[in-house]
Amino acid sequence: MADTYPPQRPDPDALLAQINEDAISATRGKLRIYFGASAGVGKTYAMLTAARKAKLEEVDVVIGVVETHGRSETAALLDGLELLPLRQVQYRDRTLHEFDLDAALSRKPQLLLVDELAHSNIDGSRHPKRWQDIEEVLSAGIDVWTALNVQHLESLNDIVGGITQVRVMETVPDHVFDHADAVVLIDIPADELLKRLKAGKVYFAEQAERAARSFFRKGNLMALREIALRRTADRVEDDVQTYRDAESINKVWKTEAGILACIGPTPNSEQVVRSAARLANQLNVSWHAVYVETPALQRLPAAEREAILSVLKLAEDLQANSAVLANASPAEALVAYTSEHNLSRFVLGTSTRSRGWWISLMFWRNRKSLSEQVGELAPDLDRIHVGRSKDHSTRPLAKLFSGSEGSNTEAQQVTWSSRWMRYVWTLVGCAVTAALCFPISSVVELSNVAMVFLLGVVLIAMRFGRAPAALAAVLNVLAFDFFFVAPRFSFAISDVQYLLTFAIMLVVGLITGNLTAGLRFQARIAANREKRVHTLFNLSRDLSSALQIEQVISASTEVLTRTFGHDVALVLPDSAERLHLPTQQVGQKAIDIDIAQWAFDHETEAGYGTDTLPSSHYRYVLLKAPVRLRGVLAIRPANARWLHIPEQRRYIETFASLIAIALERVHFVQVAQSMLVNVESERLRNSLLAALSHDLRTPLTALVGLTESLTSEKSSADGMHQELADEIRTSALRMHTMVNNLLDMARLQSGEVHLRKDWQSIEEVVGGAIRSLQPILKGRAIEVQLPDDLPLIEIDAVLIERVFANLLENATKYTPDNSPIEVSAAARTDWLTVSVADRGPGLPVRDGTTLFDKFTRGEQESAKPGVGLGLSICRAIVEAHGGKIRASQRDGGGAVFSFDLPATPIASIAGETQSAALVQT
Amino acid sequence: MVGTPASSSPVASGSLVAVMVEDDPQIRRFVRLALEAEGWQVYVAETLRQGLTDCATRKPNLVIADLGLPDGDGVDLVRDVRGWSTVPIIVLSARADEQQKIAALDAGADDYLTKPFGVAELLARVRAHVRRSQQNDEPDNVRFAFGDVQVDLAARTIERSGGSVRLTPIEYRLLTTLISNAGRVVTQRQLLTEVWGPGYVERSHYLRIHMGHLRHKLERDPTQPEHLLTELGVGYRFKV
Repeated sequence: MADTYPPQRPDPDALLAQINEDAISATRGKLRIYFGASAGVGKTYAMLTAARKAKLEEVDVVIGVVETHGRSETAALLDGLELLPLRQVQYRDRTLHEFDLDAALSRKPQLLLVDELAHSNIDGSRHPKRWQDIEEVLSAGIDVWTALNVQHLESLNDIVGGITQVRVMETVPDHVFDHADAVVLIDIPADELLKRLKAGKVYFAEQAERAARSFFRKGNLMALREIALRRTADRVEDDVQTYRDAESINKVWKTEAGILACIGPTPNSEQVVRSAARLANQLNVSWHAVYVETPALQRLPAAEREAILSVLKLAEDLQANSAVLANASPAEALVAYTSEHNLSRFVLGTSTRSRGWWISLMFWRNRKSLSEQVGELAPDLDRIHVGRSKDHSTRPLAKLFSGSEGSNTEAQQVTWSSRWMRYVWTLVGCAVTAALCFPISSVVELSNVAMVFLLGVVLIAMRFGRAPAALAAVLNVLAFDFFFVAPRFSFAISDVQYLLTFAIMLVVGLITGNLTAGLRFQARIAANREKRVHTLFNLSRDLSSALQIEQVISASTEVLTRTFGHDVALVLPDSAERLHLPTQQVGQKAIDIDIAQWAFDHETEAGYGTDTLPSSHYRYVLLKAPVRLRGVLAIRPANARWLHIPEQRRYIETFASLIAIALERVHFVQVAQSMLVNVESERLRNSLLAALSHDLRTPLTALVGLTESLTSEKSSADGMHQELADEIRTSALRMHTMVNNLLDMARLQSGEVHLRKDWQSIEEVVGGAIRSLQPILKGRAIEVQLPDDLPLIEIDAVLIERVFANLLENATKYTPDNSPIEVSAAARTDWLTVSVADRGPGLPVRDGTTLFDKFTRGEQESAKPGVGLGLSICRAIVEAHGGKIRASQRDGGGAVFSFDLPATPIASIAGETQSAALVQT
Repeated sequence: MVGTPASSSPVASGSLVAVMVEDDPQIRRFVRLALEAEGWQVYVAETLRQGLTDCATRKPNLVIADLGLPDGDGVDLVRDVRGWSTVPIIVLSARADEQQKIAALDAGADDYLTKPFGVAELLARVRAHVRRSQQNDEPDNVRFAFGDVQVDLAARTIERSGGSVRLTPIEYRLLTTLISNAGRVVTQRQLLTEVWGPGYVERSHYLRIHMGHLRHKLERDPTQPEHLLTELGVGYRFKV
């Protein structure tokens, strides 16, 4: 290929890919954000002014929602602009007004104005946040203008909060801001804003008045203005970068090593995440958020675990890749993770938890902070410590598990009771050990009795874990002292060296207990993993043997229900892309098909724990197969928390993709089967037609050939014989044309027309038609006018040649011998139009369309040969190609037959002539 | 049944021998008449088996075979004969069977005639192929001329009405491939393999574009070419 195309010329296939990519981005609406440092800078005013201007330029502008806050000068701008009615929602016996997403989508204006990007929708709306509504509007191809204050940007939320002492609950993820197509900064100096404030031009809700007054201090306003300016400058820099990237076909990838944020039980995890996000954004690198679950952390109360998971969720919202790792040594797990994912910077918080001295004594390595351990294991990593804010009024993250509190407390009670039971069993175990030792203490040495006690500690550690093992170690030492060391039945000791025995027993007991418990933890993790792998294996085995959709459904629902313990259903699309529950599942599930349909249409997960309709009980997971979406998996897990753990989500996704691939395979098996049937019936049809055509043509061939033989025998034929032989020959050829037409019609009408499409140039097809018509044209010239840059077109050349041949034959038949016949073609964006025009008598009927009906003839009972099939064959062929054919009177006399064929773009390789090395030297 | 010389008149030694495989007696008859008038000695066969035997025993200078034979597919005959002979093979077929024509050409046939065909057309093709097969025995001619175009294969130059024509490497390769198969129908697949390589058999658009360029440079009227002819749905033919 190298000698065909020098490297500077783009590969035709790459160009084709580029065209497709551009087409996708072209269908999405454009987002413009009016960005300001605080309320009152005039964002809404600027937005409405611009909207009025757009309206004058005949843009179809509609206002989705705009807050004028009763300001007359802003309200005046609304005059003459179309307002979308707001949705009325009943909420706790009040009527609230919300932006009407569905109305906006069905109205489908060119440009929609939606104020207050950070607004939170009330419960029960499709999306919890307005920015999510706007995403949906944009993907419907509608342009959106909106307004945003700097304090509402997620990654800046804590900084702004620190400055102003006011934390806002409504935030917008940074990617919305960064991916907006345009950001307009509305900026006024702090003094100006304060002046406007005094003049009463800035509006506050009554109850917020006091807080707002303290917010609008000059120092605050200057700081906010600086932050807003900086953030805008960052964005502009990104724009420049993107522009540069877009100029070259090869995109610049993020090659620099990324950032790892460690999430732990420290109170400043949230700050760690935000700092890492900001840093990643500034450095333009990817970042990961990781939580390492150790045995100690597993025993944390549910509330703290939930807090950690919500920080993880925040990290995901800030575009992090998240993971939960399980390892007894966090440092090792983290270092392994960084090298796996090519991360070079480490962001972690400062821990407040101080460990008991005795634990530090036993696990000497844990005395060092996590940061130090990481530093020892991987000295090349940069470590960044994030400080803790003194302000303890930090906003608690939104509660994740509002819907599942009941089941949580229940679960908690279970763990509490089982936790206490462990200690009770430990006590029992110690008592049994002591009892067992009584009979043997008389026969064996005292040191062997001590061994039995140690064995007891190990057994308890294996069964109940670390804390009961420690308890058992202490109790066993005490029991040994009390029951067996002289003087017996007293804690006093006769020999001082027993103190050493006790100390060693205690330490050995604690250490072995701890190690055993660690092993137990690892074993449990391994068992869990093995179970997962086993389940996946079972599912993939069951799925691979499935040959029908029903088998896939029953195999997957069975395994999923067993694994996740709750309602699972597959929702599959029919041929019209409408989802429905397969019949075998109907009636048993309370699944909302509309949500599933939404998820399917938008190719986005929906339902519980997502951004769309999170109040639903089910999570709707996409069944994504390599070729396309195959349906939606609705799942309602036993434990709601479950869906927030990244590992579990990935687990479900693995299941989903297994199922999707199975569905796709089954689909293609069915396609292949029906194809086989089609091919078989087509083969039958073709062989029938071929036999017919062979039997009809053979005698005609003989007729034509034999008459020619007659005329060539010049000696034996006089003038009259010659003439008669010529007549026979002409009739035979005419007969042949009719046979051709009848066979063509039979072929086109005997079922689905099978097109042998290939890239063709119209020039060649016209040339071929003219050449095949030479005997009929008898030297009559046909003028062909084709533009040089006519694109190739994907057609069945043989059939389209029939169209040309029939049209040209008609033109010769019905027009005077010396009048011109012209063929021309023109390409438009997705159509190629070809015309055959003559200067004959014109169309015999007013309505050109009836000409294309079967057995319609221009002149009734005319002497001109033909049965009126030619044009209907043309129509059948053109329509089989997805095109249209029509006939009309030509300006200045004559008729025009023209047809449109759909033209898809193909990467052009024209231009080689200019740049390639030439043969000639 | 043994093929018999169809003419009772004595045939001069050294005259050309043709084998014709066709099941329809009328077609057999007029083809034989036409060829004999040109001085050919014609052996006719009605079946595939008989045709194969005749091809092997008669040492023909030309084979004409119908693709639809009662005891098998003419494509098999073409493939079989091509296995041991370079004799020109012309196949006869009906119009709608483009795929069958391509199969026959890919199997090694040199040309095809679509039924119904005339005597004049048949004889023109026959002469072209016999001339070509005889030329193959002569030393390669480095200069080649068609229409107003002169091609010098040794110097790799092309002149048209005295002025030089500049071709890209691909166009040149396309032209020389067609010239070396002058008179034969070369299928799209054969051309793509020969000029671009075996990985390009699906990229027919390359062929269309470069063939278009070649015609614009070498043909008087590119829409109605005289030398670089399109056999629609089958391939291309270079006609001197």
